[in-house]
Amino acid sequence: MNSTLLRTSALRSALRAAAPKTSSRAGLAGTTFVRSKVTLPDLPYDYGALEPAISGKIMELHHSKHHNTYVTSFNNFSEQMAEAKHKEDIQTQIALQPLINFHGGGHINHSLFWENLAPTSKGGGEPPKGQLAKAINDNYGSLDAFKEKFNAALAGIQGSGWAWLVQDTQTGGIQIKTYANQDPVVGQFRPILGIDAWEHAYYLQYENRKAEYFKAIWDVINWQAAEKRFK
Amino acid sequence: MSAPTYTLPPLPYAYDALEPHISAQIMELHHNKHHQTYITNLNSALRSQAEAVHASDITTQVSLQQAIKFNAGGHINHSLFWQNLAPASSVDAKSSSAPELIKQIKATWGDEESFREAFKAALLGIQGSGWGWLVKVETGKEQRLAIVTTKDQDPIVGKGETPIFGVDMWEHAYYLQYLNGKASYVENIWNVINWKTAEERFKGTRADAFRIFKASI
Repeated sequence: MNSTLLRTSALRSALRAAAPKTSSRAGLAGTTFVRSKVTLPDLPYDYGALEPAISGKIMELHHSKHHNTYVTSFNNFSEQMAEAKHKEDIQTQIALQPLINFHGGGHINHSLFWENLAPTSKGGGEPPKGQLAKAINDNYGSLDAFKEKFNAALAGIQGSGWAWLVQDTQTGGIQIKTYANQDPVVGQFRPILGIDAWEHAYYLQYENRKAEYFKAIWDVINWQAAEKRFK
Repeated sequence: MSAPTYTLPPLPYAYDALEPHISAQIMELHHNKHHQTYITNLNSALRSQAEAVHASDITTQVSLQQAIKFNAGGHINHSLFWQNLAPASSVDAKSSSAPELIKQIKATWGDEESFREAFKAALLGIQGSGWGWLVKVETGKEQRLAIVTTKDQDPIVGKGETPIFGVDMWEHAYYLQYLNGKASYVENIWNVINWKTAEERFKGTRADAFRIFKASI
C-alpha cells in the first residue's frame, strides 16, 4: 500500500534526522549547519493492530505521548546544545550530553521498535529466514532457544531498559544485549531487533506480570524488518 | 544453610486509604505483588549467598551482590515508602505535624513551596526508574538536608544518611492512574506524605529509621 510506504519512509527520515553523525548528507562536516528537527514518525499500522499481544491503548499512549515527549525534548535540548556550541560554552555542552543521550535514545529506540513489530496479518510472528535465521540457529540452536534467552535477558533488567539482538560491526557476530533506560544501540553494535522493557510498554495490560508480555510479544515481531537490518 | 527470611510488612492503612491521590488498585499491586517479589527474590539470593559463604565460594558471593542490592533495595525502599505515606484526611498528612523538619526545610530552601518545587524538579529529572528522597546528612556534628535521587532500587544507606521520606518514580507507582502524566502524580503525592513519620525520622537516628527491618525478618 502506498500509504504504508509513505509512513515507512517518514519513519526512516525521522531516524536519519535523529542521528546526523551517521548520515552522509552533505554539509554536516561544516562548522555550522541548520539542524532539522526530528519528528514523530507515523506508525506503520493502526494502534489496535497488534492486539491481543499489545493493546491499542498502550500503543496509542506509547507512540503519541511517550515517544512524542522524547521527540520534543530531543529537539529542545539539541537546540540548547547548538546554542552552547555557538557560544563555546563547554560546561553547558557537557551538562546537556545525558539529556541528548536519553531523549535522542528514546527517539531512536522507539522508531526502531515500531518498525520491528507487525500485526500477525502482515507477517508479525513469522519466523526469520535466510542469513539471520542461520545466524540464530548457529548461535542458539533454535529460534525457541533464542527467544528463551532473550526473555531471560528482558526479565533480568533491573529498572527501565531494553533488550536488543545486536550485530557486532567488527566481527559480524550476533548477541543479546540489554541497555539501561534509553541508552541506544550505537558504536560497535548494530541494532537488529529490540523489545521495550519499560513498564509503560506493558503495564496497562499485563500489570506486574511482565513475563506474560515478554512471551506474547513474539507473536507480533516483524522478523522481516530484523532481516533488513542484519548485514 | 540458614539465612534470614524477610516477610512483607503489612500496610499501616487500607489499600484504598490514599484515594483519590493513589488508587487502591495501584496500592494493592504495588504492595502485594511488586514489594512481595523483591522480598521473594531477596530471600532466594540470601539463601544462595549463605550457601556460597559456607562453601567458601567467593566468585558466587560476588556474583550475587547485584541481586542482593537490587532486591534488598526494593524491600528497604518500599517499606520506608509505605510508612512515609498517610491518608490525606489524617493530621499526619499535614506539614504542621513536622515542626522541626519544616524549620530546617525553610532554613535550607527559603520556604516550603520552594522546597516542593526543587523536590518536584528532581523527581521529574529521573531518567528511567528510580526514587527521590529527602535525606538528612550528618557529617560530624553538622547536619543538613538534601534532595537525593537514586536509580532503580538503589537504597539510601550511605554513612551518616537518614532517609526522611521517599517518592517512588517507577512507572508502576502511578501508571494505572496517571498514565504518562507523571507531573500530576508528583503534584498529588504531597497530599499523602506522612509528615509525622518524616519528623520522627528527622529527629531520630539512622538506626531508628531502619528499625522496621529487624521487625520484618
